[in-house]
Amino acid sequence: MNEFIEQRVSLTWQQPKKSYDVVIIGGGGHGLAAAYYLATRHGITNVAVLERSYIGGGNSGRNTTIIRSNYGIPEAVRFYQRSVDLYATLEAETDRWVMHKEKGMIGLAHSEANMRVEKARAAVNTAFGAKTDWIGPDEVKKMCPELDMTGGGHYPVVGAAYHHSGATARHDRVVWAFAEGAMKRGAHVHQRIEVTGLQIAGNRVTGVQTTQGDIAAGAVLCAVGGHVTSVAAMAGLRLPIRTHQLQAFVTNHYERTFAPILSSGPLLFYVSQTARGEMLMGAEIDRQPSYSYRSDYKFLQGCAFRAVTLLPFLRNLQVLRQWTGVCDMSPDYSPIMGQTGVEGFYITTGWGTWGFKAIPASGEQLAAAISTGKTPDLIAPFSLDRFALDRTMADRGSAGTH
Amino acid sequence: MNLPCPNCGVRPITEFLYGELTSVPDAITDADARDVDRAFMRNNPQGPQTERWFHVYGCRRWITLQRDTRTDEVL
Repeated sequence: MNEFIEQRVSLTWQQPKKSYDVVIIGGGGHGLAAAYYLATRHGITNVAVLERSYIGGGNSGRNTTIIRSNYGIPEAVRFYQRSVDLYATLEAETDRWVMHKEKGMIGLAHSEANMRVEKARAAVNTAFGAKTDWIGPDEVKKMCPELDMTGGGHYPVVGAAYHHSGATARHDRVVWAFAEGAMKRGAHVHQRIEVTGLQIAGNRVTGVQTTQGDIAAGAVLCAVGGHVTSVAAMAGLRLPIRTHQLQAFVTNHYERTFAPILSSGPLLFYVSQTARGEMLMGAEIDRQPSYSYRSDYKFLQGCAFRAVTLLPFLRNLQVLRQWTGVCDMSPDYSPIMGQTGVEGFYITTGWGTWGFKAIPASGEQLAAAISTGKTPDLIAPFSLDRFALDRTMADRGSAGTH
Repeated sequence: MNLPCPNCGVRPITEFLYGELTSVPDAITDADARDVDRAFMRNNPQGPQTERWFHVYGCRRWITLQRDTRTDEVL
């Protein structure tokens, strides 16, 4: 497929109806993917996606588009591998070019302890279907000749976990592909409608209140990023979520191909090259909770310092853009998906800094949960009640920042 | 972003560590449910929030301030 001969995305906007089988709050990747899989896998098309701004305009448009499944616990590896597989076939399935590109991902190790962690990760990944190999410094250098193997003298590269299916895709195109696929089959997507409340009868959700009137619903899925605590509060729920800022920036274009995605756990830094050749990099979330989209110099300074520590050639590039998204962080650094205790009210949140890679799997699994009323095995470990049951899915080490 | 320290004046945020204040709503009365809430659940307000900051690279004292989480403005 080629960008220049492809058809424009055809989105057909409808007037909101008074009632739908399923109402999805949030027109980002997760919400639209759920609508898409409800339509394609379960034949449920009487669905509305409500977006308070424009589709993909929230955190779906503010991430760094990394797709990978090299997590540290079996449940997470299985889930994200499903997402990696769905991404790999998304273009063929939707007939839309989402610029999916498999690049491989290098997770650098800088110390003995670090090496043990990355080797353990490679083992658990491979055991649960995500091919990851331990590679030595020579191979790392071959894959990424720009790398300063001494890490500026402080972070020597002693090897890396190489994750074969690490990939990137274009975030807007993923959002549009899911929106078009869902709308083509009859689902409604409404922009500029904000949900202001939930209608609850007994312990069952019966609809939503919006800025354009009430809409009845058989089931409601909250696929909101950033404002999820407020939406859950409308159903009387408390969430284990804190919302933090995450910043990223891109440079002007680097004239050579920088093949893999490069990441360093100890430095909390990662970098990849966009299709335009820009070097895209990010670091960790800001410590204090915030809903502000304002980016700051402090981050740029810290992240750029780490960047040139590993990749001295970046000194010669200029920063083009810097931006901020907000991340819903869960205490165990794993997502929260499925039923909530309020009947008919489903949630997908806790997408912290790893939401983009999970879009297809989260959409697919929640569509299955909504249509069958039963939580699929793949997402059962990530239920909201795991905290009260003391079954947290602690995976901070591999959540990283991307 | 800067924070006002009563001992050191207005200092950059990089000198401080964030410390959270949590509270369990009175509506939760069951003792176990209160424990779960205290351990995991967060108020995560959009708007003014009272919070604690430790001035680790300064006077090494805790300060209390109000910040609007929508704008990061210190009130």
